[in-house]
Amino acid sequence: MKSVLRALIPLAIFLALVGFLFKGLFLNPKEIPSPLVGKPAPQFDLPRLDNPEATFSPKEMLGKVWMLNAWASWCPSCVEEHPVLVELAKTGIVPIVGLDYKDTRPEALQWLEKGGNPYVAVAVDADGRVGIDYGVYGVPETYVIDKSGLIAYKQTGPLNARNLNETILPLVEKLQAQ
Amino acid sequence: MIISNFYRLAIIAFLMQWTLVHAQEAQPLQTNSAVEAQVQRLSEELRCLVCQNQTLADSHAGLAEDLKQEIRDMANKGMTDQAIIDYLVARYGDFVRYRPALNSTTLILWLGPFVLLLAGGIGLIFMLRRRQKISTDQPLSNDEARRVKELLDLDRKA
Repeated sequence: MKSVLRALIPLAIFLALVGFLFKGLFLNPKEIPSPLVGKPAPQFDLPRLDNPEATFSPKEMLGKVWMLNAWASWCPSCVEEHPVLVELAKTGIVPIVGLDYKDTRPEALQWLEKGGNPYVAVAVDADGRVGIDYGVYGVPETYVIDKSGLIAYKQTGPLNARNLNETILPLVEKLQAQ
Repeated sequence: MIISNFYRLAIIAFLMQWTLVHAQEAQPLQTNSAVEAQVQRLSEELRCLVCQNQTLADSHAGLAEDLKQEIRDMANKGMTDQAIIDYLVARYGDFVRYRPALNSTTLILWLGPFVLLLAGGIGLIFMLRRRQKISTDQPLSNDEARRVKELLDLDRKA
């Protein structure tokens, strides 16, 4: 009996390894945990898309739970995400600020005219410097920022009905109650 | 005929000088060699987050170019390697480093192989010891000794 158990040890080790590798198949290597979660949202002063003379700064949103959505008119996944943002904006649950990442003004304006404008303000990050401060490495990316200006959550990749309803909106509700 | 040959040569000459003109190496924008060396050294240590398995030095992705420019600006300001790496880790996390830092989350990664090696070595020593115990101090019985002699004699005759 003892020797049978001993013979099963390699099989057990093998199965454990298979278990880990199997789980690995369903992990997304593109999802990199952001070190910014729990830290203050980096400050910036960027020209607004609708009015280049005026600027937008995250300070204006202090006291509100809000979302910062990095997007660009050249970004393929943003096409998929945009209607979701427009729908969310209609509900009025949470203000969305756009960060127009490495884009050109005419193309960005055209994009909003065509697909609708879900943003309370759009900051133009033409050279992507602010994107670097936020650790943006692929648009779209969305940050949930709490009333005190701390980043509560980062979503890499497009928002959709599922991640909004399961993760982001419950979090927003929780933060708004604070 | 002569004229067409002339044109042919002219076209060839034109094409040749065209390739020569366009074959020039891209000139680095900055000429400060210490800064360039630092940028090069750092971009080989840092990961391009878009392509993931390339260093910043290897990558031509837009973000990689931006980050290299960012590193160059910081290097121009006289920031040390460590300060620049810390700046990027604060934004992109430990993943941006090709050689992971030794901290609580990467401890298994760093020590795991040595723990496995040690466990394997100890297991091997135990196994060898046990095998030694079984195989030593077993003198042949008379029957066995005679059988060995018979077999050896048989072998000698053959």
